[in-house]
Parts: sequence; C-alpha cells; structure tokens
Amino acid sequence: MRLALHLAWRFLREGRAQSILILAGVTIGVAAYVFVSSIIASLQRDLLSRTLGTQAQIVVSPPEPEARALREDDTLIARRVEPPEPRRRPFDGWLRHVRALETTEGVSAVCPKVAGPALAGRGAAERAVLVVGADPSRLREIVDLASKMKDGAYRTGGDQALVGDGLADELGLRLGAPFRVTTDRGPTTLRVAGIFDSGAASLDDGWVVTSLRTAQTITGRPGDVTELDLRVDDVYEAESIAASIEARTGLEAVSWMERNRDLLTALKSQDQSSTMIRVFVMLAVAMGIASVLVVSVVQRRGQIGILRAIGASQRLVLGVFLLQGAIFGVIGALFGVALGAAFAKGLGNVTLFAIELEASILIGAASISLATGLVSALLPARRAARLDPAAAIRGDG
Amino acid sequence: MMGAEVRSDAMLELEAVKKSFGEGEARVEVLHGIDLRVRRGELVALVGPSGSGKSTLLNLIGLLDRATSGVLRVQGRDVAPLDDVALTKLRGEALGFVFQFHHLVPALSVVENVMMPAALKRGGFDAAMKARANALLEAVGLKGQGERLPRQLSGGMQQRVAVARALMNDPPLVLADEPTGNLDTQSSDQVFELLRERHRELGTAFVIVTHDPTLAARCERVVRLVDGRVVADGTPDEVLEDRRARKA
Ligand SMILES: Nc1ncnc2c1ncn2[C@@H]1O[C@H](COP(=O)(O)OP(=O)(O)O)[C@@H](O)[C@H]1O
Ligand SMILES: [Mg+2]
Repeated sequence: MRLALHLAWRFLREGRAQSILILAGVTIGVAAYVFVSSIIASLQRDLLSRTLGTQAQIVVSPPEPEARALREDDTLIARRVEPPEPRRRPFDGWLRHVRALETTEGVSAVCPKVAGPALAGRGAAERAVLVVGADPSRLREIVDLASKMKDGAYRTGGDQALVGDGLADELGLRLGAPFRVTTDRGPTTLRVAGIFDSGAASLDDGWVVTSLRTAQTITGRPGDVTELDLRVDDVYEAESIAASIEARTGLEAVSWMERNRDLLTALKSQDQSSTMIRVFVMLAVAMGIASVLVVSVVQRRGQIGILRAIGASQRLVLGVFLLQGAIFGVIGALFGVALGAAFAKGLGNVTLFAIELEASILIGAASISLATGLVSALLPARRAARLDPAAAIRGDG
Repeated sequence: MMGAEVRSDAMLELEAVKKSFGEGEARVEVLHGIDLRVRRGELVALVGPSGSGKSTLLNLIGLLDRATSGVLRVQGRDVAPLDDVALTKLRGEALGFVFQFHHLVPALSVVENVMMPAALKRGGFDAAMKARANALLEAVGLKGQGERLPRQLSGGMQQRVAVARALMNDPPLVLADEPTGNLDTQSSDQVFELLRERHRELGTAFVIVTHDPTLAARCERVVRLVDGRVVADGTPDEVLEDRRARKA
C-alpha cells in the first residue's frame, strides 16, 4: 500500500500538467456540488423555519363528531345533524393525553393551548385577534416568541399579555398599557407585558398571548384546552407520528406536512433537481478522471511492463492506478469543498436567507469525490494491471 | 544421466520449448523447440541474427511470457502451473533484468529505480535498501547521481543504473537483452565489465543477448540462435569459429 501510494504519487508528479488540469476539474466539480447543495439546503431550511417557526408541527385536537342522520323509531327526522360548534367542543381528558404524548417516541415537546377569537380594542380602535393561552415555557417550545421580544418581557399571568408589534401599532399600545379583549362572554381588560416581532404577520398582527388560565376565562372554557401543540425530533417524521397518534388515541392529529402540501412538493422537486445537478457534475468529474487515467496507462505501458518484470504484482499495479484516482478525489475534495464553501458563504452575504454550511454536505461531497475518483479509476487500473508485460516492454500489443 | 546432483546445479532448463504468436492463419511459430540448460553461475552469450527469436526466448526465460509448448524449469521448478502471482514472485526473487528499451522507470529517481526490486519484494522502501542501492550505484560508477531523474542521465549512465537495479536483489540469474546495444564502445565495455565482475565475485549467472562478437567472445559459453533453433552451443572459440567458418 505504501509502495503503491509512492508510485501513484510519482506518476502524478511525472504527468504534472495533466494532473493539475484534472485536479482543477475535480475541484470545480466538487465546488459546484458543495455550492449547489449548500444553497438549496439553506434555502429549504429557511423556508422550513419560516413555516415551522410560527406553527405547531403537530396539532392534536378532540375528534370531530361525525355528522350523522338523526332517526327516531326508524323515522328519518333529519338527514344530517351538524356537529356542535367546534369552539365549544370540550377536550376530554386532555391532561392524560399530555402525559401520554410527552413520552411518545419522536415527540420532543407538548404544549396544551387555548385559542379563541376575540376583538381587541383600545378606545375606538378594534381589531379581530386570536387569544392564545398557554404555559409560557411550554409555548416557547412550539413558537419561540421569547427570543423575538422587541420590548418588555416574555411573561404572562393574570392580566399580563403579550402582543405583536403590528397589533401594538394599530391599537397604539405601549408597555403596561391596558387594552380590551371582548368575546361573547363580555370584555376583559389586559395589560401589555411585552411586545414581540416574530416576522410572521398573522402572529404580529393577530395574537394576544396570555396565560392558560386567563385565556380559559376569556374564552369561557374553565379547565379546558382547545388543542395540544407538539414538536417532534425530526420534522419530516411529523406526518407518520401524527398518523400513529390518531390511530392510538382516536384524537385528531394534523401535521404541518398535511397543512403545507404545496411547500412539501416544492421542496421535493427542489431536492430532485439538486440531485440531478450533483449527479451530472460528478459524472463529468468521473469521466474526466477516467480519461486522464486511460491516457496515463497508455503512456506508461513501458514503465508498467518494467515494474511487472522486476516483481510488481497485478494487484500492486491495480492499486497504483486506483490510488491515482483516489488522490484526485481526495485533493479535489479538499480544494473543492473549500472553494464551494467560500462561494456559498460569499453568496450568503448577498441573499435574503442565511447560507449555512452543513457538515453533512461537506463530508458527503468529500466522500462522493473520493468514491468518484476510485470508481473512475477502476477501468484504467484494470487495464494497467492486465497489461501483458512482455508486450508492454516490446512496446506493442 | 540426469542425477539429482546435476539437476540441483541447473539454473534453467528448457526442453522442446516452442513459442507461436497469433491465431489461425496469422499464426507464426517463432521458436521451434529449444533445448537449453544453464547452470548456476554460468555466463552465457546468446547471439544470432535479428529476428531469430532471441528476445522471445529471453521473455520466456524471464517469465514475462508463456511458452506455447515444452517445459521450462527455473531452479528445478516447472513454471507452467504457476499463476501470475507466483510467477511475479519468482521473477522478483530469482531474476534480474536489463532491457533493451525502456530501461528505467522515468517517473522514479535513479536510486528509487535501483531500489525498486527490493521495495517490490518487501512492500516498501527502507534505509538499508537505500544504502545498498547507493553502494550499487557507486559500484557502477554513478556515485551521487541517485537523486536525479533518469532522463537527466546519458544513455550509458542509464544502462548502468539498469545493471545496478538488476543486481539489487542479488538474483541468481540476470537476463540482459542487448544491454550495450545503444552504447558507444567505451560505455558498452564498461557495462559489460560490470556484469562480468558480478559474475566472477558473486557467481551470478547471466544470459546476455548481444550482437557484438567481441563481447560474446568474453563469455564462457555462446549459444547461437538462427530462425528459432539453437544451431550452435559451446565455448566462444567453438561457436564463433563456426561463424567464421560459415562465412568463409
Ligand atoms: N508479439 C509478437 N507477435 C508476433 N510476432 C512476434 C512477436 N514478438 C516477436 N515476433 C516475431 O518473432 C520473431 C523473433 O523476434 P525477436 O524475438 O524479437 O527476435 P530478435 O530479438 O532475435 O531480433 C520476429 O520475426 C518477430 O517479428
Ligand atoms: Mg531482440
């Protein structure tokens, strides 16, 4: 192995111009691979975090009562009886479900939540809002407002409420200012404990966040919740986890994937085109390496013959040429990863989304580069190993 | 008459060795049944007109090519059943080569070229190898040239490096195909003397293909090949006389 490496290195050094050219080719290929992968991964991550940052990955709610026909003594009285108004549906045994879900495999956080429509107002100004009540530390695991506080503190309880900066502007709310929240139960006065800027208009313009107890009172659901919000370890597992929760508990569980089909489809087709680009880039790299090595084998017939004559085994010759491919792959990977990362970082400074370099992409590119080097060297290496030493020395055949 | 004693003395034995190239219509038989024995420590010149099959014969003896039929034994061992791995190993251990063309590996430095047979045997270089290679380079008059590349040396110097390399593993048999073919008389003399010195000092056997009758005359035994047959085999006087006789 050491000897094969030595010989491989010597051959590459001998054909320096060729080696440098193909190395440049591999470098550019790997750089393109890293660049494309990083851009697309970052774009996807950005899209995902925008989507998932403001909604639960799985929402669990009580089962929808099915519409059924109402009969009395086999006399059809009504063809359909609509389920009772959803807002008023109680979530029986939600505390028990919270405990069960908390220990469910793949679920990393559970947040029982009350959400109900209301009108927020101050003076004459009024806006339709969603009153969201939850334990602040649990809510934080689902929608992280704590890190998006613009003013005041991430704190609820009693009449303390958090509002978005959009709503604060529209109603002219400042820290500590009282405002009115009205439901069919009548008005309640809350005070602004903090103002957040989540970046999502629906939250910033429409959410009034309170403690669970306060929201229960405002919406007239003492002791009850409307839904359980879940976070999972792997966002792409959300759908299957939701399905298994439904099957096990009979509750309704809707994953973000179900709610964002279009986004998922877009991500998938992006994945496919990025894979295509990567495959073609590496194919071009492989052909480049293979053609250089084929030429190199032909040029070195005499040398190979001599080496075989003085005791080099076929395996050694095979190794020498495989290693040349591997060296192209490894060195090309080093330069290519560095170059691709630099380009991606450079572009990251001018795009709207942050470009992060994932270790998995860099390692993946390096391994694929090495594998490409080895695979493309396979054919030339076999040719070299099978050279008839007598013919190679004669200079024919 | 082939007692065990005689056989253990044999470096090389060929019995009715034939070699053909090509298939079917294009098939050409180049060697028509060669019988030859070379004992340990013999210095044999192989002479004959161009195209008579000398290189072909040397390639068979050198285990670079296989005979079409007949028996070839190296150190008493029939080589026909050996696979490529075994042949390579035997070649690396028992044989040294000095080629007519492509003398050295141009990608390697001079000293690496010389070390290569040992490195191939051991799977790597070591310091002792390098010391021995440098000593051999010194012996062939190339002290201090080890780090240069072959193309930076003259043809004669390259051929001497090739000789040093052939001797690296102390093989019992060295095969040289016109080792002095491309050299001027002085270089050619130098290279030949090197081989003869080794032969005298270490008892290395040599089979040297040469066109040069004065070199052949300095060997112990001369084998003449014509059209793929051994037509004369004896002392230089016998064989080369024979040549003169035929010419006259
Ligand atoms: N690989 C081959 N294929 C076909 N013919 C060959 C091959 N090698 C040698 N020959 C033929 O065998 C004959 C002997 O060649 P060679 O052994 O090189 O002779 P010498 O070395 O004595 O000049 C020549 O006629 C040559 O053309
Ligand atoms: Mg010849």
